[in-house]
Amino acid sequence: MSIKVEEKLFQNRYKVDSGRPHISIIDEDKCRNQCEAQACTVCCPAACWTMEGNGQVTVISDGCLECGTCRIICDEHQNVAWEYPRGGYGILFKFG
Amino acid sequence: MAEKFDVIVVGAGPSGNAAALRLAESGLSVLQIERGESPGSKNVQGAILYSDALEKLIPDFRDDAPLERHIIEQRMWVLDDDSFVGTHYRSDSFNKEPYNRYTMIRSQFDKWFSERVQKAGALLICETTVSHLLLDGQRVIGVMTDRQGGEIYADAVILADGVNSLLAKKAGFHPELKPKNVALAVKEIHFMPQEVIEQRFGVKGDEGVVIEMVGKITKGMMGTGFLYTNRESVTIGVGCMLSDFKNQKVTPYELLEQMKQHPSIQPMLAGGEMKEYTAHLIPEGGFNAMPDLYGDGWMIVGDAGMFVNAVHREGSNLAMTTGMHAADTLIELKAEGKEFSKANLKRYKARLDESFVMKDMKKYKNMPEVFHTNPQFFNDYPDLISQAARTMLTVDGVDKKTKEREIRKSFRQRRSLFGLMGDAFKLWRALE
Repeated sequence: MSIKVEEKLFQNRYKVDSGRPHISIIDEDKCRNQCEAQACTVCCPAACWTMEGNGQVTVISDGCLECGTCRIICDEHQNVAWEYPRGGYGILFKFG
Repeated sequence: MAEKFDVIVVGAGPSGNAAALRLAESGLSVLQIERGESPGSKNVQGAILYSDALEKLIPDFRDDAPLERHIIEQRMWVLDDDSFVGTHYRSDSFNKEPYNRYTMIRSQFDKWFSERVQKAGALLICETTVSHLLLDGQRVIGVMTDRQGGEIYADAVILADGVNSLLAKKAGFHPELKPKNVALAVKEIHFMPQEVIEQRFGVKGDEGVVIEMVGKITKGMMGTGFLYTNRESVTIGVGCMLSDFKNQKVTPYELLEQMKQHPSIQPMLAGGEMKEYTAHLIPEGGFNAMPDLYGDGWMIVGDAGMFVNAVHREGSNLAMTTGMHAADTLIELKAEGKEFSKANLKRYKARLDESFVMKDMKKYKNMPEVFHTNPQFFNDYPDLISQAARTMLTVDGVDKKTKEREIRKSFRQRRSLFGLMGDAFKLWRALE
């Protein structure tokens, strides 16, 4: 089954803090060379994490639901720098 | 000189609101800091509200709280790929006021709760993220926010910052959460006319139905699905342990989408309009995974303290109750003129130990481990139960005694006689 998560996220309300992503990779080399599972690219509920063709993992946190999955799932490498967005930015749940 | 309060409460969810309300009512100066644009805009829950905990804080909450439907029927479904076996419990006694539990919509509920807190005298600032705690040695003396001149001081800080509990972690009070101690839940809200909900679920007025589901919908992962009826919408979701998502390489929204296609679930959503998709972690590690709950100048309440009873699907009631006890501890100490030191805040833990909170946390302390190490409860049994029902209910000329033999055989083949006895024993011990 191929699901377009974008269609789901499209229903949500966001105030994106342009140019100030609240999630980043600490050491990109670690993702490429030391991590086999790359679970972040599978388990992020907003599909913020992608494995590129060259084996590099990238993150775009615009659609982030601020759950914390990527940070906790990276337990072996602890390679995710994760903060909440600045006050007022990020996901704004209409219903929650 | 930066401002100083008696207490800073970080977060305006159920635990933070409970604490701030109580403190403000007792005349302490309270600053509450919320990172969302308004209380609730960062918060996610199923959501069921259990009346009891809120009643203790706001006895007249039913007068104006935004509640959706009171629950008169609970369904428990065990699903395989194309069927479910279930029990329904419906009672007119649930239709007698005061109602015991309700569905609710968190963004509305939290906003309402916060208005009560502000009316009681607490100062709320929104759109403000606390970046870390201010420490003097081991003692918490305030918080650093992302506002200009962001330092704010207090005699105590109540950490009601939710499941991720970043502040206590940054301060070194507890380590990072482990994937096996949190569940990841995803859900959607589907809007449909009130009459459709009434017809579809056999309810009238404000009556509501909840359905809890286990079985193939979680692909063998430890977890459950749920469907709750709101006034003009239905919430559908599924949550499983994060370690299982990781090990089995499952994508959460695909899991939810497949669940929605189940032939027993699809008709309940038909014609609805999906208006929001959310994800949230639930701290389900239980008693054995709980962090330290207090120290010099700080206390942890709600999800941040892993206060969730996963077996009974309780969390927000534990959040409110822990918030209340944290506040009452401070109120008591203040009245006695004692400082908010670690030695004195031990009373918070003592209060929790005496309440249902810790009693329940302790009662189910082995449950997470039993389910983690025995996937058959989420895998084999749903299949077996469903097959058994199908076998008995299919009229095909085979006599019932033969059918019973077939069913017994299928259980023994899948789990072995010792396996079955062992499973019964494990469950009994864990629930004892």
